[in-house]
Amino acid sequence: MTRYTTKTFALEMLMIAVAIVFAFPVYVLVNLAIRSPSDTSSPIALTQSPTLANFSQAWQEGGLGGALINSVIVTAVSVLIVLVVSSLAAYPLARSTAHWSRGTFLVIMLGLILPFQLAALPLYQTIRDLGLLGSVWSLVLFYAGLQVPFTTFLYVGFLRALPRDFEEAATIDGCGPLTAFRYVVLPMLKPITVTALVLNTVSVWNDFFTPLLYLSGSDQQTMPVAVAGFVGQFVSDWNLIFAALLISIVPVLAVYLSLQRSIINGFAGGLKG
Amino acid sequence: MTLDLQQRRSRRVVAAAPPRRRAHAAPPWWFTVPALLLFAFVVLVPSARGVYYAFTDWDGLDPQFAFIGLDNFTAMADDPDALGAIWHTLLIAVAITVIQNGIGLLLALGVNTTIKSRNFLRVLLFAPAVVTPIVTAYLWRNLLGPDGAVNSLLGVFGVEGKNWLGDPGLALWMIVLVVVWQFAGYSMVIFLAGLQSIPREIYEAAAIDGSGPVRRFWSIVRPLLAPAITINLMLSIIGGIKLFDQVYALTGGGPGHATDTISTLIYKDAFTLGEFGYSIALAVVLTAIVAVISAGQYTVLSRNEKAAS
Repeated sequence: MTRYTTKTFALEMLMIAVAIVFAFPVYVLVNLAIRSPSDTSSPIALTQSPTLANFSQAWQEGGLGGALINSVIVTAVSVLIVLVVSSLAAYPLARSTAHWSRGTFLVIMLGLILPFQLAALPLYQTIRDLGLLGSVWSLVLFYAGLQVPFTTFLYVGFLRALPRDFEEAATIDGCGPLTAFRYVVLPMLKPITVTALVLNTVSVWNDFFTPLLYLSGSDQQTMPVAVAGFVGQFVSDWNLIFAALLISIVPVLAVYLSLQRSIINGFAGGLKG
Repeated sequence: MTLDLQQRRSRRVVAAAPPRRRAHAAPPWWFTVPALLLFAFVVLVPSARGVYYAFTDWDGLDPQFAFIGLDNFTAMADDPDALGAIWHTLLIAVAITVIQNGIGLLLALGVNTTIKSRNFLRVLLFAPAVVTPIVTAYLWRNLLGPDGAVNSLLGVFGVEGKNWLGDPGLALWMIVLVVVWQFAGYSMVIFLAGLQSIPREIYEAAAIDGSGPVRRFWSIVRPLLAPAITINLMLSIIGGIKLFDQVYALTGGGPGHATDTISTLIYKDAFTLGEFGYSIALAVVLTAIVAVISAGQYTVLSRNEKAAS
């Protein structure tokens, strides 16, 4: 069963063919991004005289640098907040069998079903009244709350499978609950924290609807909003647009490729519950 | 945990004096307060207010608005755009769920073998799932354009191109195609995790007993894969129902309203027409659909999982 047979070879060829089909859009993306706008040959023909001019122009005119910084700030701060408050909340929710604990858990889990469109519009009004429209801090606040249910769900599932011996020992030794959490529970949560970190980072970084609502009309943007604005501005200049798309993908792909092993395991493991 | 041994011993003595079982003291309730406050402020309270606004004629700005009962919902029943959007949303969600998971499962079975390129393929096929959906959607808008790469490629094989996104009958399926292309690898990874938790011995024993690959898949793999199936179906159907970015970037809901989903219609009604109340009534319908489908799915799938275990 572990021998490399003719059948295995046939499967290998088939899977590589599938991979080529999947990768085809990426080939076109790179191919057109390095092409000058005057070159009107077929989009699948290999670009004859490649240029990097599109990239510098897209970078300068798209405000991509500022958007990149905003995206990094929003993602880093909101994910940090979510990880702290959710792991802290998950500890009693996973350990206590009291009625309040079960009830609270169910209320938080309700957030997994509620579509964000329902909350996003009334919250838009609150954010406006607080004078936070157009500020990236409105997004930090939004994501910090929005990601609580999913992250708490991951932590509670993981904690329930963990033995309580260590934290009980720590409590007997006189640790307060916070100390026991900080020095005993938190280190044991590391695998699920990595998973939650990755999953939250991907969804916060990629979100488009919310910054479209809360930042539109301001000079503050996140990467997805900047890209959408760029496409609107250079409607038919696809070589330039593709350069901008490629620039926006590079940070995501760089992080993915350097962490791919733990990301793929984390996605699968975290979702296995 | 920097207590030295001496201190620890003395504390244990003190703690042991009254025979309290401190070990059973659960962590305190107030640990949940920061998470609850954030969650309530961002999700719970606005959602509750949203449900209230759904019964008003609020325009999003005017502090004066009237309670109009079920008018928004009855108006929806006479609004072909709204009915169309609900229909498109359900169609897209079901199509994505079936196709994405079908392809994801086949890919997972393919890379869960001894082929040499398996690790490379896992990395490559999953990569689109981490890229911003709005970005991949713009990429595909060009690929599917009249002079785009897809038509060029078809031309090589002598097939005449189509206006994929401009044709009302095709555009909806192009949205499905783009979502499936992006997230099939996501389904694959979850299925793969499920496949790898199946002990090889069971599989080999069945092979020795003379059962063919189809029989082995149906009787061994499928039941043991039940948790992965549950998660995948839940994620893709809820993702499909809430779909916004890809529709916004690919077609903007057009041509006409041929690809409008509930999400894009909510956005248009609220921010270009100023119909906040009506738009939130649409969001309430969206919520109801998600709730009914999740509840139904949960019942069916948890019964399957129990049957499998």
